[in-house]
Amino acid sequence: MQAVLAIAIGVLTASGVYLLLRPRTFQVIIGLTLLSYAVNMFIFSMGRLKVDSEPVLIQGINATLANTADPMPQALVLTAIVIGFAMTALFLVIMLASRGLHGTDHVDGEDGPDGEDDER
Amino acid sequence: MIAQLSALLDRLLEATMPHLIAAPILLPLLTAALMLMLEERHRRLKSVLSVVSGLAGLLVALALLRWVNAPATGTGPGSVGVYLPGNWPAPFGIVLVADRLSSMMVALTGVVAFAASIYSTSRWDRAGVHFHPLLQLQLMGLNGAFLTGDLFNLFVFFEVMLAASYGLLLHGSGKHRVRAGLHYVAINLAASALFLVGAALMYGVTGTLNMADLSTRIAELGPGDRGLVRAAGAILGVAFFAKAGAWPLNFWLVPAYSAAVSPVGAVFTLLTKLGIYTVLRLWSLFFAPDGFGEYVLTAFGLATLFTAALGLIGTQRLSHLAGFSVLISAGTLLAAIGLGQPGIWAGALYYMLSSTLAAAAFFLLIDMLERWRNAGASIAAYESADAAPFLAEDLRPMDDVNLDDDEQALYGRAIPAGVAFLGLAFLTSAVLLAGLPPLSGFIGKFAMLSALLAAPAVYPSGWIFLALMLVAGFFMLVAFSRAGIRHFWTAPDGGKPALRAVEVFPVLMLLGASLALTIGAGQAMSHAGATAKDLRNPFAYREAVMNARQRPALDSAIEVKP
Repeated sequence: MQAVLAIAIGVLTASGVYLLLRPRTFQVIIGLTLLSYAVNMFIFSMGRLKVDSEPVLIQGINATLANTADPMPQALVLTAIVIGFAMTALFLVIMLASRGLHGTDHVDGEDGPDGEDDER
Repeated sequence: MIAQLSALLDRLLEATMPHLIAAPILLPLLTAALMLMLEERHRRLKSVLSVVSGLAGLLVALALLRWVNAPATGTGPGSVGVYLPGNWPAPFGIVLVADRLSSMMVALTGVVAFAASIYSTSRWDRAGVHFHPLLQLQLMGLNGAFLTGDLFNLFVFFEVMLAASYGLLLHGSGKHRVRAGLHYVAINLAASALFLVGAALMYGVTGTLNMADLSTRIAELGPGDRGLVRAAGAILGVAFFAKAGAWPLNFWLVPAYSAAVSPVGAVFTLLTKLGIYTVLRLWSLFFAPDGFGEYVLTAFGLATLFTAALGLIGTQRLSHLAGFSVLISAGTLLAAIGLGQPGIWAGALYYMLSSTLAAAAFFLLIDMLERWRNAGASIAAYESADAAPFLAEDLRPMDDVNLDDDEQALYGRAIPAGVAFLGLAFLTSAVLLAGLPPLSGFIGKFAMLSALLAAPAVYPSGWIFLALMLVAGFFMLVAFSRAGIRHFWTAPDGGKPALRAVEVFPVLMLLGASLALTIGAGQAMSHAGATAKDLRNPFAYREAVMNARQRPALDSAIEVKP
């Protein structure tokens, strides 16, 4: 399970960073979204990976991390998701405004010299 | 009489603490909420609310500063106020902490925000909707980030501050702002992702997010976990470097700050200082004992200082000058933090106050200057063409620029009051930013250098710091003199400048605050020195946070029936 999660986070981060460095706003926003997925999974994994245990205290069961999941990263990840989602939505609006004002979806508001761009 | 009054004030402060610590966060939040309920046509009311809230925030911040420093309040000078918002003891609940550094930063925020809110009522708050609520939310984020004692809560307040700053940067819209805003939002989203990774890693290794508790636990970690904590610290550092404007993560800063409308630019000078504050606070709590990252801080600070000085000398636009001045201040501060001696830190904290006030005043001044020189347009023709103002492309003056052409007598002509004000204010802020005697910029730099040279051994990094700081000051002087000559010693296009009292007053206030800092340098410097000592030895901070008691005390608490 550790390996699967680590690979998933790694692939998401790598794709996110690659897209973030691309010149089109749409690629940038998808890159940022992938990065935030990777970050959320990373935060979640910081509470240690456990199967079949709830983050609640049950009477009669010793309240240690051996018996329950850590509720803290779950609360943190919830906050991070909400904030990340709101910021991405805001970025989307700015992206559309930029597209409308400049007439191009290049992040600098203009294509390279003589219309050359690195779209493949 | 004065003694009685101050005793009364102290008693009042004592009675309102620790609840007063939450006021700098709650006040802007409530003001913003109230303003959102008003329609846009109640502009006048909103402006009044904004200014009143700014004044109240400033008074609260000054009260906090007094509580921290006065001998009769708290535990004497240097008392640390701790507020438990959820009434959970640390490290389980979030804490707000007001110590010397936090209260100083909140007071600085109060002064700059008050000035910006007054200035904005002149015309900029009408350039778009919801200017004042966004400004208030920005203040809430800044104050919260300065006061919080919890790493994740710091992230939340950072996001509050950033969300408001996105809105403020785009205020007024237009191509320039949207393009700068796009870059600004993208880089800050990426930096926030790094912040989250760092904070989560810290939690994963130590099991706590409370900064005081983290400080204790990091010191107790075994060598196996130390590497992970350092990795977390480095990742957090990258995130804060991006916010503080450290090279090479600062290319967004100058375009963004110069695209923002001028009161927003003034408030934005605080955002880089928040990055610096966070680096100083977290590094002094987590890594100062084992010196991890000292050289990195110094190296990046020096690189920032160097590149910003080059940028400064290479620009003609006033708003870019202001942006590069902000970067120079950030570079100086980062390098000074990395040099790590309490004496240098004291000078750096004093310099931070002075340079922030001067840069904020300069941002406001630019607006008036450009309106005068460019006859009302906020972006002059030469700026879009990237040419030097009032000069042709081969750097020869255009026609009718020479004042002697008419061969009029050059003496006995009255300088219009508006021009005199603009000129003197420009001169003062240039002297402050470049660090020339006799004003506070010089005192701050002098304090840093004398502490550097008074140390038993001066390392090469110290000598480079000294050289770069002097060179940067000289470049600043050249750049500002050049801009001053171009803007004041050429024939005006727009006649006499038409200035309004609400525009002149905030600039006077900010420059007056710098002047007060110069005259009261003894007091301010001793406060900065004590702050630096506290930071170097954060024992009192840790004790105060970990020993904060719930209210009402647990034994007298009302028993909750199941």
